[in-house]
Amino acid sequence: MSENKTAWERIQLVHNTGRPTINDYLPLVFTDYYEMHGDRLYGDDKAIIGAVGRLDGRPVTIIAQVKGRDINENKACNFAMPHPEGYRKALRLARQAEKFHRPVICFIDTPGAFCGIAAEERGMGEAIAKNIAEFMTLRTPIISIVLGEAGSGGALALGVCDELAMLENAQYSVLSPRGFASILWKDASREQEASEIMRITAEDMVRLGVAETIIEEPLGGAHNDLDKISENIKEYLSQVIPEKCQKDIDELLKERYTKFRKIGAFIE
Amino acid sequence: MFEDFFKVVTKRFNGGDDYKPPMFKCPRCQGLSPLSRYEELHRVCPACNYHGRLSAQERIAITVDKESFREFDGGMKSSNPIDFPEYEEKQEELRERTGLNDAVITGTATIKGSPCVVGVMDSRYMMASMGSVVGEKIARAFEYAAANKLPVIMFTASGGARMQEGIVSLMQMAKTSGAVKLHSDQGGLYITVLTDPTTGGVTASFASLGDIIIAEPKILIGFAGRRVIENTIRQRLPDDFQLAEFMFEKGFIDMIVERRKMRSVLSHLLKLHGYDKRGAEQ
Repeated sequence: MSENKTAWERIQLVHNTGRPTINDYLPLVFTDYYEMHGDRLYGDDKAIIGAVGRLDGRPVTIIAQVKGRDINENKACNFAMPHPEGYRKALRLARQAEKFHRPVICFIDTPGAFCGIAAEERGMGEAIAKNIAEFMTLRTPIISIVLGEAGSGGALALGVCDELAMLENAQYSVLSPRGFASILWKDASREQEASEIMRITAEDMVRLGVAETIIEEPLGGAHNDLDKISENIKEYLSQVIPEKCQKDIDELLKERYTKFRKIGAFIE
Repeated sequence: MFEDFFKVVTKRFNGGDDYKPPMFKCPRCQGLSPLSRYEELHRVCPACNYHGRLSAQERIAITVDKESFREFDGGMKSSNPIDFPEYEEKQEELRERTGLNDAVITGTATIKGSPCVVGVMDSRYMMASMGSVVGEKIARAFEYAAANKLPVIMFTASGGARMQEGIVSLMQMAKTSGAVKLHSDQGGLYITVLTDPTTGGVTASFASLGDIIIAEPKILIGFAGRRVIENTIRQRLPDDFQLAEFMFEKGFIDMIVERRKMRSVLSHLLKLHGYDKRGAEQ
C-alpha cells in the first residue's frame, strides 16, 4: 500500500521498528542455501554474508549486508558496516557465480562502510572501487535490492547491477542526513531538514534513474507482515531473474554500462 | 630621499614592523618559510617536503609539453539535479574566482613527445568534489582514450562526492569506474597520480583503479575523513595516519614521486608501455 510517507518518517520506520533483515528473508525467499565464508585474503566479515542457494529451483549466489535484530546481533555484524574484507568476500563470490553461470542477488542494508583505522589500513577505498569496476563487467546477471538503508560507497559496492529495486520505505543516499547536515551546515541537529532536501526515497531513486522498481510493503511497513513482504520480494525476483538470464550477456553488459553512464545532469 | 632609503634599510635590518615577507605555514610540519621559496619550489614545503596544492592550470603547465594540451568539454557546466538551494549561485562565484567551469580539466597532450589523455582535478572548486560534470568528463576521457588507444594519466584530488547533487553524485563513482574498466579491458594503460587530498568517493572509485598508482610526498589519502574516524573510535589518530607514506607502507601505492621528477617519471613509464612518439602502434 502506497502511503506517501515523508523521507523523515521512512527513516524512523527503518530504524525504530523491528524491520526484517536478510536473516528473516533468507528462509522465506530461498531454499537449499549454504553460507560461504571468508575473502581468502584476510578474514570473514560478519557484516556481509554470502550464500549459494536456490530461487524457484534455480541456483543463485546471494550477497547481503546484515543488520542485527538486537544489540548482540548488531555487535556481531558491526551494525551492518562492512570492512574491506566483506567487500572482497562479495567479489570472490560474485566471480564464483560468474564461473558457474549463476545470477547474483545483492541485498543492500547498510548505513555505510565502516570508518575506522583497520578499515583504512586494509584499503577500504580500493576494496569498494574494485567491486564497482568488476561488477560492471561481471558476465552474469546482477540484481540488487535495498532493504532498509543504503548509505554511500559502502552501498554502491553491492549496487552495480542490471536492475535495482527498492523496498517502498527504503532509502538510498550519498551520506546520512546527519552527516550531510553536519558537513554542509555544521549542525547535525538539522538532519530532518537534510533528509527532505536530499532526495533519498524509493520514488526519488526511480525518478533519478537510479532504481527501476519499487517493491510494495505491507500497510505500516515491512515489519507488520513478514510473510507478505517476503512474498513480494520473491515475486519480484521470480520475474526479473529469468528475464535477465535469458538475455544475451553482451547485450546485458551494454545495458548495465549505459544504466550508470547516463545518470548525471549537465549542460554544454 | 637618501634619508628615506636609509630608514628603510635600517628598518629591514632591525626586523622593523613594516616589512614582513609573506610566509607559508605548512599544514604538515607547521613550519614557516618564505612564501616566495615555497612558490619557487612549485608549492613544496622547504622544511618537510609536503607537496602542496596546485591549480589544474598550473599542474598542466609543469607536466605536459608546451602548447600540447587540447582541452575536452571545457564549457560543460552542471545543472542542479536535486534542486539544491543556492547551488548555482555558489558555482557562478567559483567560476569567476578560479577560471574553471567545474572541478576537473581533461584533454589530450604529449609528455616528452608521448601522447596521452590527461585529467587534473582542482581542489579550489568545491574541494574538487565529484558531481555530474566531473563524472561525465572523466568517463568521456577514458572512452576517448579507449577508442584512440591512448594511455590516461589522472591527477586526483577530492573531498569526495558532491553532496549538493545527492545520489546523482554517488552514481558518478559507478560511471567513472565503468569507463576505467572499459579502457583497461582494451589494454589501455592508466596511471593515477594521487595529490593532496584524495579522499572519499574518488578514492573509492577511479583513483584506486590505476595500473600504476603514484602519490606525491606527504599528501593525504583516505576513504573516511580523519574527524569521522576520530569520532567513531573516540581517540586521536597519529599524525602520519592516511599520509602517502602510510598508504605506501600498507601496500596501496606503487611509488612516491617528487613533483620535480614527476614529468620525467611519467614520460619513462609511458615509453615503457610502448607509448612513444608514434603513439602505441607497435
